[in-house]
Amino acid sequence: MSAAPLLDVSDVFAGYEPGVPIVRGASVSVRPGEIVVILGPNGAGKSTLVKAIAGLVPKFSGRVTLAGEDITGLKAHKMVREGLAFVPQTENVFAAMSVGDNLQLAAAVLAKGDRRRGMDAVTALFPDLARQRGLRAGRLSGGQRQMLAVARALMVRPKLLMLDEASAGLSPKLVELVFAKIQEIRHAGTTILLVEQNARAALSISDRAYILVEGQNRHEGAAADLWTDPAIGRLYLGLGNKTVDAEARP
Amino acid sequence: MNLQFVADGLLLGAMIGLGAIGVTLTYSILRFANFAHGEFISWGAYMTVALTGAIGFLGGSHAPIGPFSFGFGLIAAGLIAMILTGLLAVALDALLFKHLRRHGSAIIMVIASFGAAMALRSLLEFGFTSQPVYFSRAIQFALPLGLGVRVTPDQLAMLALTLMLVTIMHLVMTRTTIGRAMRAVSENPSLSQIVGIDVDKVFRATWLIGGALACAAGIMVGITVQIRPYMGFDLLLPLFSAAILGGIGSVPGAVLGGLIVGLAESAAVHVVGAEFRAAIAFLILIVVLLVRPTGLFGVKD
Repeated sequence: MSAAPLLDVSDVFAGYEPGVPIVRGASVSVRPGEIVVILGPNGAGKSTLVKAIAGLVPKFSGRVTLAGEDITGLKAHKMVREGLAFVPQTENVFAAMSVGDNLQLAAAVLAKGDRRRGMDAVTALFPDLARQRGLRAGRLSGGQRQMLAVARALMVRPKLLMLDEASAGLSPKLVELVFAKIQEIRHAGTTILLVEQNARAALSISDRAYILVEGQNRHEGAAADLWTDPAIGRLYLGLGNKTVDAEARP
Repeated sequence: MNLQFVADGLLLGAMIGLGAIGVTLTYSILRFANFAHGEFISWGAYMTVALTGAIGFLGGSHAPIGPFSFGFGLIAAGLIAMILTGLLAVALDALLFKHLRRHGSAIIMVIASFGAAMALRSLLEFGFTSQPVYFSRAIQFALPLGLGVRVTPDQLAMLALTLMLVTIMHLVMTRTTIGRAMRAVSENPSLSQIVGIDVDKVFRATWLIGGALACAAGIMVGITVQIRPYMGFDLLLPLFSAAILGGIGSVPGAVLGGLIVGLAESAAVHVVGAEFRAAIAFLILIVVLLVRPTGLFGVKD
């Protein structure tokens, strides 16, 4: 595969406080149609990296392009118009607002004539949400909330969907459901960048993976290769040896 | 006890409620207690005075409409003043609060708002003196409503105006894109950005709406009582009591809170005497903070 990358993140330094980078020279590239996962121990800077890509955490240096366009300095609220949608790990829906209002907010980015169609497309993918329209989002279960957050992100038909730990806190059955939905979304034409703790499940649906340690790239490769490399699995992903994950924490 | 206090309380409550909407929105969306909000009430009233004069000078009609003390000149002046007061609030943010927001400290913004309030008030005293002014000196005959309650046509008009503005506000907050965006930013600013909301635009809309409604409250005070540079400052504590009683961020809460504070104040005049009237808002504030800090419509974090 040598297609031009849809998302290209090169040598990004980012963090909340000036002079205190959490991400220290990370590079990630995602080609159109791929599912790519960023793995790594707790505190590796995975979440900070995707937040920095989304414009929520200041980038000190480095460059981010989406479909060839430089989006490094773009404000967070403009990212979604460029085709980059992001689902954060926590507080990813407006709990005090209704499911319908949550979706309407996302649809407001679209041109007036496209809003109806956007709503229909999203509710076709998540039929439950159509029925729960009047319900306060805070009253949804964990899995339903996650679905609402993803539906919200898909409203704008993004080129790239970034999901930060979409499986966190969900039961194994729901994790399976979420990952099945992610594959479905990819088949519908959206490229996907995941951040995951759940390495096993994530690798099973991903094409490629990056392993981030201490804010830097440590390994990258085809998901299938990482999956079978016992050293990597044991050292960074908590596969096969339950105590390793704890040791890897800073 | 005479039921007149109910009519007086509702009218006072309507003014407090309109002002409290701005306080509650600023508090929940910009995340600080704006003590300069009362000054928008005074500035709104004085701008209306000035504009009414200008309209009269340009040949506009000041003939009263029907039983009311005011004419189309005042209505036109009031509408323009609402926009101007909204713009004053936007300008105050651009000149002062916007720069302080970068430091991310709410207490700095609160102290700055005290300073801004003093400056705005002093400018009014400088320009218009401390002597009260009136939209009209005409005496209105109060209409008996039964049960010993009497209201003037002006008072009825002001209640109708409040009802209209509150209804519009409710529709704006629940049915429009900007209203939804305002609720979103008040709940979660960072998720709002992700969703594609321009938070700066929402801030500007909040100031504009808060300023315009404060102006409306100022005009109401001006028509039913009098216009003084301290009129807004004197309402500040009731505004905050109402906003906190209703639950920070809730528009219906602010209005209901305003009515309760207004009714309580005017009842207090009958029960314990006029000198304790100002203490009532303070008492309500303390009781709410002790018993139910989230207010009537507040959501727990």
